[in-house]
Amino acid sequence: MEEKNLKLKLKIWRQKNSKSVGSFVDYDVQVSPDASFLEMLDELNNSLEANGEEPIHFESDCREGICGTCGLVINGHPHGPLQKIATCQLHMRNFKDGETLWVEPFRAKAFPVIKDLMVDRSGFDKILEAGGYVSVNTGGAPDANLIPIPKDIASEAFDAAACIGCGACVAACKNASAMLFTSAKVSQYALLPQGQQERYRRVQKMIAVMDELGFGSCTNTYACEAECPKGISVTNIARMNRDFASAKFKSKEEVEV
Amino acid sequence: MGWFFKFTNSSVGKKLVMAVTGSFLIIFLIVHLIGNITLFFGPDAFNGYVSALDVVKPLIRVVELVLLAAFVLHIYDGFVLWLENRRARPVNYKVNASSENSTFTSRWMFWLGSVIFIFLVLHLATFFWRFNFYDPSGLANNHLYFNIVVNFFQIWWYVALYIVAVIALGFHLHHGFQSVFQTFGWNHKKYFPLIKKIGTLYAIVMAVGFASMPIYFFFFYGGSQ
Amino acid sequence: MIKLESKIPEGHISEKWTNHKFNMKLVNPANKRKYTVIVVGTGLAGASAAATMGELGYNVLAFTYHDSARRAHSIAAQGGINASKNYQNDGDSTYRLFYDTVKGGDFRAREANVHRLAEVSGNIIDQCVAQGVPFAREYGGLLDNRSFGGAQVSRTFYARGQTGQQLLLGAFSALNRQVDKGTVKLFTRREMLDVVVIDGKAKGIVCRNLLTGEIEKYSAHAVCLATGGYANVYFLSTNAMNCNVTAAWRAHKRGALFANPCFTQIHPTCLPLHGESQSKLTLMSESLRNDGRVWVSKKKGDTRNPNDIPEEERDYYLERKYPSFGNLAPRDISSRSAKEVFDDGRGVKGGEAVYLDFKDAINRLGKKAIEERYGNLFEIYETITGENPYEVPMMIYPAPHYTMGGVWVDYNLMSTIPGLFVLGEANFSDHGANRLGASALMQGLADGYFVIPYTMGNYLASDKPSFEKTDHPEFEKVAIEVKELTNKLLSINGKRTVDDIHKQLGRIMWNKVGMARNEKGLREAITEIRELKDEFWKNVTIPGSGDDVNQTLERAGRLVDYFELGELMAKDALDRNESCGGHFREEYQFEDGEAKRDDENYTFVSAWEFAGDGKWNLHKEPLDFEYVKPAIRSYK
Repeated sequence: MEEKNLKLKLKIWRQKNSKSVGSFVDYDVQVSPDASFLEMLDELNNSLEANGEEPIHFESDCREGICGTCGLVINGHPHGPLQKIATCQLHMRNFKDGETLWVEPFRAKAFPVIKDLMVDRSGFDKILEAGGYVSVNTGGAPDANLIPIPKDIASEAFDAAACIGCGACVAACKNASAMLFTSAKVSQYALLPQGQQERYRRVQKMIAVMDELGFGSCTNTYACEAECPKGISVTNIARMNRDFASAKFKSKEEVEV
Repeated sequence: MGWFFKFTNSSVGKKLVMAVTGSFLIIFLIVHLIGNITLFFGPDAFNGYVSALDVVKPLIRVVELVLLAAFVLHIYDGFVLWLENRRARPVNYKVNASSENSTFTSRWMFWLGSVIFIFLVLHLATFFWRFNFYDPSGLANNHLYFNIVVNFFQIWWYVALYIVAVIALGFHLHHGFQSVFQTFGWNHKKYFPLIKKIGTLYAIVMAVGFASMPIYFFFFYGGSQ
Repeated sequence: MIKLESKIPEGHISEKWTNHKFNMKLVNPANKRKYTVIVVGTGLAGASAAATMGELGYNVLAFTYHDSARRAHSIAAQGGINASKNYQNDGDSTYRLFYDTVKGGDFRAREANVHRLAEVSGNIIDQCVAQGVPFAREYGGLLDNRSFGGAQVSRTFYARGQTGQQLLLGAFSALNRQVDKGTVKLFTRREMLDVVVIDGKAKGIVCRNLLTGEIEKYSAHAVCLATGGYANVYFLSTNAMNCNVTAAWRAHKRGALFANPCFTQIHPTCLPLHGESQSKLTLMSESLRNDGRVWVSKKKGDTRNPNDIPEEERDYYLERKYPSFGNLAPRDISSRSAKEVFDDGRGVKGGEAVYLDFKDAINRLGKKAIEERYGNLFEIYETITGENPYEVPMMIYPAPHYTMGGVWVDYNLMSTIPGLFVLGEANFSDHGANRLGASALMQGLADGYFVIPYTMGNYLASDKPSFEKTDHPEFEKVAIEVKELTNKLLSINGKRTVDDIHKQLGRIMWNKVGMARNEKGLREAITEIRELKDEFWKNVTIPGSGDDVNQTLERAGRLVDYFELGELMAKDALDRNESCGGHFREEYQFEDGEAKRDDENYTFVSAWEFAGDGKWNLHKEPLDFEYVKPAIRSYK
């Protein structure tokens, strides 16, 4: 797998902290085509540190595309130009020698920059805390096979549940909307029998919190689906819209958050 | 009713208002286009159509009020959403690759709508105002309505604006049509591709249909009078 | 003087947990909210423990160094979770799962703990389904199972290749519900740097706020650590970048014994290294071995492309050595066999990888069938390596994956520091010397959902621990020590980077305390680790300050503990003069290269007590195998 190293020009967003003003800084790197994008940044950071300079802060953890920690906007694409992968799964062989790459953090009012390429996505957790669960205490569950679920429904619920909470949908949306994220969780439970008891309460609470956090609204551009590393479908947004309207018109209690 | 306004003020609620009003406008445009086609059948046909509407004036007025409400809500919510959505991303990306993940029409809805809005003001000031508030006494037989239309369609800049506006309308509808279904929650893997196709067809019919009139009267009718 | 009391309840193995549950004291429902419990870590064990104790009414403080509880590395587990439901009617039972786990652990686990694990395994599945975890299903709507990791029954529940993700999101949802209710207070971006022990009991923790750099103190009636394993001591492992031993290790230094540190699992099917910049290793599901055939060239240093190597020059070494299990031989055996061929110079192109070939399976079943089974895995492989496994054999490489050792705990999951409980991979108790596939998720959730809620109540009700405020002098003292460590690290201003040194430590560990160990290598490792540690303290560079986000500082703090842990792993491996499970000593093998366990002398848990820098005292917890009689683990 020994191939010629790629020479690249990186323009990376550097920002000291949430209060300071950031700017792009140029870096020239040489990297093996077999390395991952984040490994390229690791190497760059290693050389910065060796010179006593602060490394470029970015977040990553599992580096297998499942934890949702990483997320950079590379040449305008959240998680880079390839579809259905997280940033950590992007490999350098997908770039051309001599290319210039712009690396930016996810940008949204609800995702303030913490430092360099790190952003605060705690808004997502607040949405889930509002209702992203089935209210069952440990211990009281009936035998698992007492809740039969058709294979296709289980599979559709899984497709929605596959969301890794990375925030690429918000980053890609021109409105910085969190509808794909929120609807994925709403959908998972709306599809499953376990989620029916709280179906209308859940959708109202989650949307109310989502609205409070300063995310934009959905204008159906479907950029979220196109950039989602897990290919979460916008049909989930449709389902949430429907459930929300039904909840508002049908339910007798007014759900407050 | 407090719950209702809370609902229509939520992000999803506003979108539903957009979709409800939008779908009403979609239907209105069909009726409007069918009526206007009478222009091609000469002054008598068109004046006959307009006069026929006169007969059911009270009903028309009610429909017009609903239409007005639809327009106002659609424009107001559209504007509010645009403002909110801009605020949701205070710092923009340096490099934007949105053309690779979404359609041009979906991203330009506000601006397409703004063009249509400007046109709408002009359209009301010209046709709607004159149709409704001209003193029609004794002039009906002289093909008043038809002449108003024909006269305006002789003005080059008016025709040009009209055509630009209906093209914008076509693009706006191209996204808006399927968007209504998505917002109502009617996105099904099996049917949605068809809905998108129908939406495209509808948008083309509307744009071509409405554009055909000024083109026809400017290029082919003007000389023959 | 520490006395190891395993506190295994009396009675027949199948009644121990039931009896114990009845005999344990309870906290009155109205009193539960008066008790504060700290849970560090929000993976399967931590999230399930925090959520369940919150549901019971305790006042829970949960901590994670991630930006969200959902990021914990349990999320990356692929294969599945075992449970003895016997839904497939193939003869599974609690006793069989217990038996398989004890045997799979090479007779170095505590029988009573393992039996309890098997007992509650079914409840876990029930609980997860009730939470809305989308497990795989049959067309009839009932749950599907598969056979996994060499088990003779189909007892593994799964959610595509993302079982860990779905289970963690289930536990995370339960946690979120309690956060919303206010019973759990969640602290994200906090790294626990020490445990506070007052009058011999755990009373709280000290953490660093990773955003502000502030050193924060939190007090509680009891502390639970669910902070995962330590495979990142090897630098390259399948663990996530941030997985570390710090929480467990600092507790160890405060008096908690550390058990069986040398029991580490090397997973045979990971993607190979591409070069020096490799940051971590990626696991490919073990299920690939169901249809793939493992081979290398018979020639040393063969640089031909795999498709140019004719059939008769290939050595299908697993099939050759283990005719009955073949390519499905257990993890430790397949990994070690791979090492043998590397050492023989017969790895892929002379390097450290072996082929996993699907050619025969494709010929037999058709490309479509293989695509259905492994399509997404093949895609992952191609994304990472740029090679198409339908045409070119995959290359695989063994990688540190899981650590069976951990903080010593008794049957109640309490460490040798009263009030300090340790759950999940961070403790040592259930897997012995080797963990079976799909058992890690089971253990994490068993500890969190079904064990700690009971045993914590028992501790609080019977011990009635006091609550010390954070202005207690001991809290102050620990906080100052933590700050001093931070300042010391920042003041070194040397030349070498943290990762550079960590990589070197990783190489020492991999080469000398890795898949196969010997006395000479282990002694060398200890010396080399000490030298490297000295160099670190003289020559590391950590740019930035301690009052801000500083990822280098975070990594440096973790590396500090890896030096000590690495040394103890080597020491433990040196002390254990036998080969068992994930611990293979070259001196102790049969003529055919099989591991030679020494049940007469080593049927015990090695629990190490920290006794100052580079010093440890060994305590032994003898293991009784009353029900599953030790036998040679043969997969021939």
